[in-house]
Amino acid sequence: MNLSVQLGKLTLQNPVMVASGTFGYGVEYSQLLDLNQLGAVVVKGIRLGPVRGNSTPRTVEVASGLINAIGLQGPGVDGFIKKYWPFLKELKVPTIINIWGTTVDEYAEVARRFDALGGVGALELNVSCPNIKEGGSQFGTDVKLLSQVVAACRTATTLPLITKMSPNVVSIAPYAKAAEDAGSDALAVTNSYPAMAIDIETRRPKLANITGGLTGPCIKPIAIKLVWEAAQAVKIPIIGMGGIQNAADAIEFMMAGATAVAVGTANFYEPQTALQVIAGVREFMQRKKIQDVRELVGTVEVGD
Amino acid sequence: MLNCQMLEQPVQIISNERDTDLYFRLVVRAPQIAPLVQPGQFAHIRVLPMKDALLRRPFSIYQVANDTFSILYKAVGKGTEMLARMRPGEELSVIAPLGHGFTVPQPGGETPLLVAGGYGMAAMYLLAQRSAQKGIVFVGGRRRVDILCEEEFRALGWDVRVTTEDGTHGEKGLVTQPLIAELKRNTTGRKLFACGPTPMLKAVGKIAEEFSVPAELSMDEHMCCGVGVCLTCVIPIKVGDGWEYQRTCTEGPVFDVRQIAWEVAK
Repeated sequence: MNLSVQLGKLTLQNPVMVASGTFGYGVEYSQLLDLNQLGAVVVKGIRLGPVRGNSTPRTVEVASGLINAIGLQGPGVDGFIKKYWPFLKELKVPTIINIWGTTVDEYAEVARRFDALGGVGALELNVSCPNIKEGGSQFGTDVKLLSQVVAACRTATTLPLITKMSPNVVSIAPYAKAAEDAGSDALAVTNSYPAMAIDIETRRPKLANITGGLTGPCIKPIAIKLVWEAAQAVKIPIIGMGGIQNAADAIEFMMAGATAVAVGTANFYEPQTALQVIAGVREFMQRKKIQDVRELVGTVEVGD
Repeated sequence: MLNCQMLEQPVQIISNERDTDLYFRLVVRAPQIAPLVQPGQFAHIRVLPMKDALLRRPFSIYQVANDTFSILYKAVGKGTEMLARMRPGEELSVIAPLGHGFTVPQPGGETPLLVAGGYGMAAMYLLAQRSAQKGIVFVGGRRRVDILCEEEFRALGWDVRVTTEDGTHGEKGLVTQPLIAELKRNTTGRKLFACGPTPMLKAVGKIAEEFSVPAELSMDEHMCCGVGVCLTCVIPIKVGDGWEYQRTCTEGPVFDVRQIAWEVAK
């Protein structure tokens, strides 16, 4: 049975990764699960310098979901390399580094720094964080800017590039195509959905940032549709994510057109989810007598 | 980087009984977790029958006995109300022990003065039990029913001083009043340890500064993952000339009072 998949020149031993921002820098979960069983570890978004993040409250639980506005708190490139890279570089599975910036040049500079580091599996371009005023989703919701960011990073590095798409667009197809044309090796579909919650007793927003990004099982059907639409538009592989809790969810994403998947919010409440998904995909393949996991990709039947 | 050993395990409920009012005591069998627990640490509990509320709930670990540990909780929200309906024999998922706890007073060390508000008492029991010196517990609440496990602390040989805001039990007023009176008598060799609502912690922090006594505070912030990845439960902590957000679940919940940047905190 083959579970391995390709994202550009990057080979994953299985198609199940974890989503950026839901798995810290890997080390935090290393006592609870064997990270080397994963397809890849994807770390929280990093820009050039350290980032303090938003005020609290930063997250709020809603029905079947979570709204977050963390504000990409992080140690910056140097802090990350000093504090977390010594652990990550010893992993047997690839580390994918999620990067962002407030200018096209900053994205490219961060890409260059990680290219020079050596041993990085791929870079994921975060052009879709809804909680950052400058940078983040402004790049993911403007086709021209998106192309510029991807192209600048393409020039800066030979590492595989994954563009993490915003769900907050009228049609994802032109954005997907723009990222592909500018040199992206894969797409991550999707980031969180802009959202808000209000405390009716105090009439105050439940998040200090007022609005945040909605994730968890409640966004899964939206994400499935976006993956399906993006898959029609591009030839590069898609990493599907949004509310995956079990193997059935992951298989649904693959049938919609995802070559790989990422477990996100579920890590917060059940750290074993990604490993359970891998086991469940294997069982499904046995039951359906499927030899290669790639046979599942894009097999939704929409015809008559 | 991480100094605590954590485990994720299914655990069986041994008992789950009403204490006073809306407060409950839950005991679970967790033979591998129980021996690891340090005073001030917490358990992150997933109430499995809850379907649309996804997150685990954090609770201070109250007592440890043989292969069990217990928590004290107030049924005030979705998670705790569902938890209150669960019965012995049913299963919960637990990640524990988590967080950086209290510094336990060693022989010849300081005399501990514990300050607790409501179910903040839960975080204090193991500290009182394992402290080399017995001291005083100041416990406060709104009403009589908010005063928990008073007798358990007396049974450890501690001096327990109760205050209630409505005067239905102990002295009438805030928990900080008898604390101030005690510090006016004597501050030498004494150290404060506190757990309770944020306004109480802030008041205790101010008192510690005024009387120049050391203090450790167990901070209360909303949590999500409990293990340091989501960065939900951060509070401002002084670093060099400035401050940065640190995690209540990992660097805390217990912080030295001098670390906390109150002027930034809400």
